[in-house]
Amino acid sequence: MLRFIIRRLLQVIPTLLVLSILVFAWLRLLPGGPAGALLGDKATPAKIADMNRILGLDQPIFVQYFKFLGRVLTGDFGSSLASGDSVLAEIGRRFPATIELSVCALVLAVAFGIPLGYLAARYHGRFLDNATVMTTLVGVAVPVFFLGVLLKYVFAQKLGILPPSGRQDVTIDATHLTGFFVLDGVLTGEFDASWDAIKHLILPAIALGSIPFAVIVRITRASVLDVQQEDFVRTAESKGLTTTVIRQRHILRNALLPVSTTIGLQTGLLLAGAVLTETVFNWQGLGSLMSEGIARRDYPRLQALLLLAALVYVIVNLLVDISYAIIDPRMRVR
Amino acid sequence: MLPKRVARLRRVALIGLAGALTVSMAACGSKRGSGEGVNDTLVFGAAGAPKNFDPIFNDDGESFRPIRQMYDTLVRYKAGTTELEPDLATAWTPSPDGKSWTFTLRQGVKFHDGTPFNAAAVCFNFDRWYNMKGAAAQSQMIYYGDVFEGFAKNEGDATGSPVYKSCEAKDDTTAVINLNKAKGALPDAFGLTSLSISSPDALKKYDADNVTQSGDSFSYPAYATEHPTGTGPFKFDSFDKTNNTVTLVRNDDYWGDKAKVGKLIFKIIPDENARKQELAAGTIDGYDFPSPADYNSLKQAGDQVLIRPAFNILYLAINQKNNPKLTDVRVRQAIEYAINKQQLAKNKLPEGAYAQDQFLPNNVAGHTNSVAKFDYDPGKAKQLLADAGATDLTLNFYVPTEVTRPYMPSPVDIGAAITDDLKAVGIKVNVVQEPWNGGYKDDVQKTGKQDLHLLGWTGDYADAGNFIGTFFGRQKSEFGFNNPQIFSALSTADAQVTPDAKKSAYEQASVLISQYVPAVPLTSSPPAIVVAKNVHGLVPSPLTDERFATVSKG
Repeated sequence: MLRFIIRRLLQVIPTLLVLSILVFAWLRLLPGGPAGALLGDKATPAKIADMNRILGLDQPIFVQYFKFLGRVLTGDFGSSLASGDSVLAEIGRRFPATIELSVCALVLAVAFGIPLGYLAARYHGRFLDNATVMTTLVGVAVPVFFLGVLLKYVFAQKLGILPPSGRQDVTIDATHLTGFFVLDGVLTGEFDASWDAIKHLILPAIALGSIPFAVIVRITRASVLDVQQEDFVRTAESKGLTTTVIRQRHILRNALLPVSTTIGLQTGLLLAGAVLTETVFNWQGLGSLMSEGIARRDYPRLQALLLLAALVYVIVNLLVDISYAIIDPRMRVR
Repeated sequence: MLPKRVARLRRVALIGLAGALTVSMAACGSKRGSGEGVNDTLVFGAAGAPKNFDPIFNDDGESFRPIRQMYDTLVRYKAGTTELEPDLATAWTPSPDGKSWTFTLRQGVKFHDGTPFNAAAVCFNFDRWYNMKGAAAQSQMIYYGDVFEGFAKNEGDATGSPVYKSCEAKDDTTAVINLNKAKGALPDAFGLTSLSISSPDALKKYDADNVTQSGDSFSYPAYATEHPTGTGPFKFDSFDKTNNTVTLVRNDDYWGDKAKVGKLIFKIIPDENARKQELAAGTIDGYDFPSPADYNSLKQAGDQVLIRPAFNILYLAINQKNNPKLTDVRVRQAIEYAINKQQLAKNKLPEGAYAQDQFLPNNVAGHTNSVAKFDYDPGKAKQLLADAGATDLTLNFYVPTEVTRPYMPSPVDIGAAITDDLKAVGIKVNVVQEPWNGGYKDDVQKTGKQDLHLLGWTGDYADAGNFIGTFFGRQKSEFGFNNPQIFSALSTADAQVTPDAKKSAYEQASVLISQYVPAVPLTSSPPAIVVAKNVHGLVPSPLTDERFATVSKG
């Protein structure tokens, strides 16, 4: 098992290297550059050329790449062109926000998705099943940003019970230790700050969780339906096992295999969803950091973020493989 | 084995639930932080984060908004106008040749760090800008470069010979700024936010000039990021990058009327729709540049949409380089005759926009009624095209996408309307759309690929040179013409010292430009700023130079 994990981790290195070349080249092949965005509206072509020279963007792209690689290997990702801050510091500051939101979204999706999918399969063809299939179809089809705007309109603007955006009321003057606002409030005893952060978390978590939720429901349902038809279930029934045991030990456990893969894949996709959700909800995480970076062609920031996203994706995939081994003992033997 | 695991899971879930409940129960118990009263805190929605807070290294509105509240300039623009009024200087006089400016300074003013403001401090600031070292630092000083053209030692490629010569502190309240040549942009440009006066002590203490570069990026020193120190009605408190808010607090030692709110927070909300919803939910008290499409719904919700006086120009540029037919003035006139500007102003631009016959808004000296006029007349346009033998004219028309500017809220719509007008007189139009930050500006301003393109300008101060001098003062690949008569008229106008001489010289230049039709002036349109109904005292400025010290809530 350990060897398996180490081997998988080593495979990450070439992946990241290839990816760094792609990201680097792709950003620079896009028309327009950071100099225009950096110098603003009043920049003349001469000033932009000057800025490109100062930034070294007038050098051949492979020279730029090797310089970049050299710096990255020494842990220097540079500083953001937009803010002048170290990119690593920026990411460190925004990381907790995205984790807080993604974990919430995923917990919502799993906590409601698996039971609902299971129930839909159990009452196959009945009202609950049909309603679930319909709802999740809509869930998959509705774009996250649209759902986000809709949720805000209903719960923030019309009903006024939840805040429309941001992570915390700016007038609340909360102390921040870890950057996880809910946790910070608990640690410092500022429970109103925690509660305020939770209220801010609800709508974006629903929006971000909507797609994984719908996917999990559908996969769980399909998978349970599949497993129900298997020979071993029939065997178990004929052995005279109780329905509860059959459902829990034989059906659900086997049905969860594809579901866990799905959860893993969805975790990777959450980062992509976070770009939209965070923009709509002004959530100060990595997604909004990225969308601001794209608008300003902030090369150093985008490079670091894209590499980080790739790293997360690879690690999540690794975790999925490990979870396989835990859920399905047969995998451990192989 | 399984039931045991399920039981364990259940236990964990229960503990989690209990934890969540405890937090929410406790939340009802503790109330803290908001004791100072909601009406003492003003929260304004900003569209982007400030780059840093050192005025000289900035040139964008998002950075200027907080900076303006913390700093003063020698002269400033009277609220809601482009006229000058005293700020740190109570009087300012040029020498007859315009090569030196004498400032009488306000007494009893203190910087936020408690050090006194005086003539020595003024000279320290001007000398600092002039002597700035490092290509990185110099490249960030856009407005200094525009006004003073060069440094003691130029380290960038593009800067010229310096206009600034020296500064003398005659006594505590008299500063004399000497120039190498007269500059038409002065004295108005002394009010530019970039030329705000910083505390010399703080500049030295926090290493203000040390803009460093690593690889392809810059870092700013502590002065610019954490310790901006001016004399303004608000003091810097913090830039919380986790929550993306800039917090300023009232300066109780301010020399003028003290700020009405104790705390001013700029909350950064890049998404426009999110700003609108936050205003509706009451979590912010106002935001800038609402979309014209939202004016009505904002007003219906009781918010105040404050329209700024128009201080910008949208133009259809003509590039004479690629298509020889465009060098014929009749063809350029035909293009201007073909466009229905009135319709454009009415249908595609916000309330208050007006059609233009020249490249200056009507509140800038140099705007004149004697310009050559080419009011909408498709018949005449066709006739001129026929006379010039250009009935088969095909033009590449570049239109920017993914951008809104105060002078063009929706460039694609404006481009479509113009395309229709041109087609109606028989001109074939090949529309090329490009993202604003995705090569548009490079293509039209640097390489000059286009025959026609849309662009505009928002004025920085009330000087005609800031508009027409910038556009037509020299040969540019944006327009691709060489007209020494226009270039010299503009440079003569820029060198005038007295306001009257300046005005008439710019009027003459305006007339010359209108006859030559290097581009088609389209419209000037007023951007807006919106605040909730309980916000009072915000005066919309044509220069987007709003001061929050006079603003109160309740």
